[in-house]
Amino acid sequence: MTITTEHSRPYTHGDLPRLMGLMTGDEKHGPAATSTLDVLWVLYDRVLRVGPERMDDPGRDRFLLSKGHGPMAYYAVLAAKGFVPVEWLPDFGSYDSPLGHHPDRVLVPGAEIGSGSLGHGLPIAVGTALGLRAQGLAEPRVWVLVGDAELDEGSNHEAIAFAGPAGLDRLHTVVVDNSSASHARPGGIAARFEAAGWSAITVDGRDHDALYAAFTAPHPGRPQVVVARVEPKSA
Amino acid sequence: MDTMRDRFAPVVSRLLDEDPRLAVVLAEIGRDGFTEAQLRHPDRVINVGIREQLLVGAGAGLALTGMRPIVHTFAGFLVERPFEQLKLDLGHQDVGAVLVSAAASFDWPAGGFTHMAPGDVALLDTLDGWTVHVPGHPDEAETLLRHAVAAGDDKVYVRLSVQSNPEALPVDGERFLTVREGRAGVVVAVGPMLDAVLAATEGLDITVLYATTVRPFDATALRRATRTAGTDVVLVEPYLAGTSTPAANDALADVPHRVLGLGVGRAELRRYGTLTEHLTAHGLDARTLRERIAGFTGNGPTTARG
Repeated sequence: MTITTEHSRPYTHGDLPRLMGLMTGDEKHGPAATSTLDVLWVLYDRVLRVGPERMDDPGRDRFLLSKGHGPMAYYAVLAAKGFVPVEWLPDFGSYDSPLGHHPDRVLVPGAEIGSGSLGHGLPIAVGTALGLRAQGLAEPRVWVLVGDAELDEGSNHEAIAFAGPAGLDRLHTVVVDNSSASHARPGGIAARFEAAGWSAITVDGRDHDALYAAFTAPHPGRPQVVVARVEPKSA
Repeated sequence: MDTMRDRFAPVVSRLLDEDPRLAVVLAEIGRDGFTEAQLRHPDRVINVGIREQLLVGAGAGLALTGMRPIVHTFAGFLVERPFEQLKLDLGHQDVGAVLVSAAASFDWPAGGFTHMAPGDVALLDTLDGWTVHVPGHPDEAETLLRHAVAAGDDKVYVRLSVQSNPEALPVDGERFLTVREGRAGVVVAVGPMLDAVLAATEGLDITVLYATTVRPFDATALRRATRTAGTDVVLVEPYLAGTSTPAANDALADVPHRVLGLGVGRAELRRYGTLTEHLTAHGLDARTLRERIAGFTGNGPTTARG
């Protein structure tokens, strides 16, 4: 007997609004809720060498969601890729749910870190890259997603200023820039990373092919930042 | 005699040779001691520069990959400045580390209040699951460092100080030791306070317990001591006065008891000078301790020795 359900086919990018809707009660989402959605999808669909069956594999890539606010897009992608059961989504934020309004790595399968307080992911990502290097694990790459306003936190700048001169070339930061920082200058994000010796690329954060090209561009000897520009939060 | 801090780099350098899981993370302070170790283990001796949030965050990242980080700087820059990193990057992420501090409450009084950290242990008490070692002698520091490194993925704090007792005792990384037995009060001397406490209680009918592992607090030892020495308890701690008073109260919750917590005062002295002058200013010299202990326990003449 063949049981046919909609889950017998892989989820696609087109399924994500519905998966998010299980958490929000609405399949229409404003730009703020989906600012990270395309970046996350391209990473999990085409770039990261991870999977639900590989979470104990020391050789897996590491993706650290530092910007823990608004994690619906993250949970939707984790559900689409089989890390998190879809049945968990409707209980989002409830007492018995593993899925909170900020993710907890102890509770969420596939989450490498718990986040919520801004400015913690990038320093932890630096340590993760150092730990993989110290163990001779040459393959795994480390990715950390931060928001443009999250970069206000000085802890990020401790990490940025260290990682460039340290030549941590397995480290990648993707900055989802929805112009939410109160005090910013045009081009300021990429310039600060570049000044610290990082390779920097700025792309349209909704253009999957452009994101993929940026995520896979070589950057020998340097860590890399991809600034993914999306609609302003205030728009 | 060498100091606890003099022992730190040589001991940890040997441990780096023995245990491939170990890594040392520094923020400039203490880096010179690791010059040779860094040549042998360039990827496991990491100096992040003067960046204490990164110091702890990077330590947590190392732990997430399965390593055992030893994170080191002065106590204020290790516990107070990156306190949220201790709470979230270690505690909330559910990973461990060995934190080793130097400079203690006022190891460098001429350096002023910016380099004093009498509140470090009290701050850690707001968090869950920390083991806290306060050695009283360089040999004990070496023993307790080894215990800390070997403690699986536990969160362990080792508090090194210049202040030290003349003789090391056989500490085990767990229990209080009974150093003197009496019948009219119990004094718990923490780490480097033992020497002054022994001088202060000479000739008094007092039990002296020696505590170098203060968290978890050895409630069993305190309860046992109170059976013969009564339930007047004085704590003498080299950090903020009263830090362990709640732990002592919890240990004796089911019996009437009194606890006096002696240690470093909260008020900022705004004085430089020497370690001895600061100990005296906080009432942690043998003469003042004797007056306080004898007065509290109603024990013999209050005449100070020496």
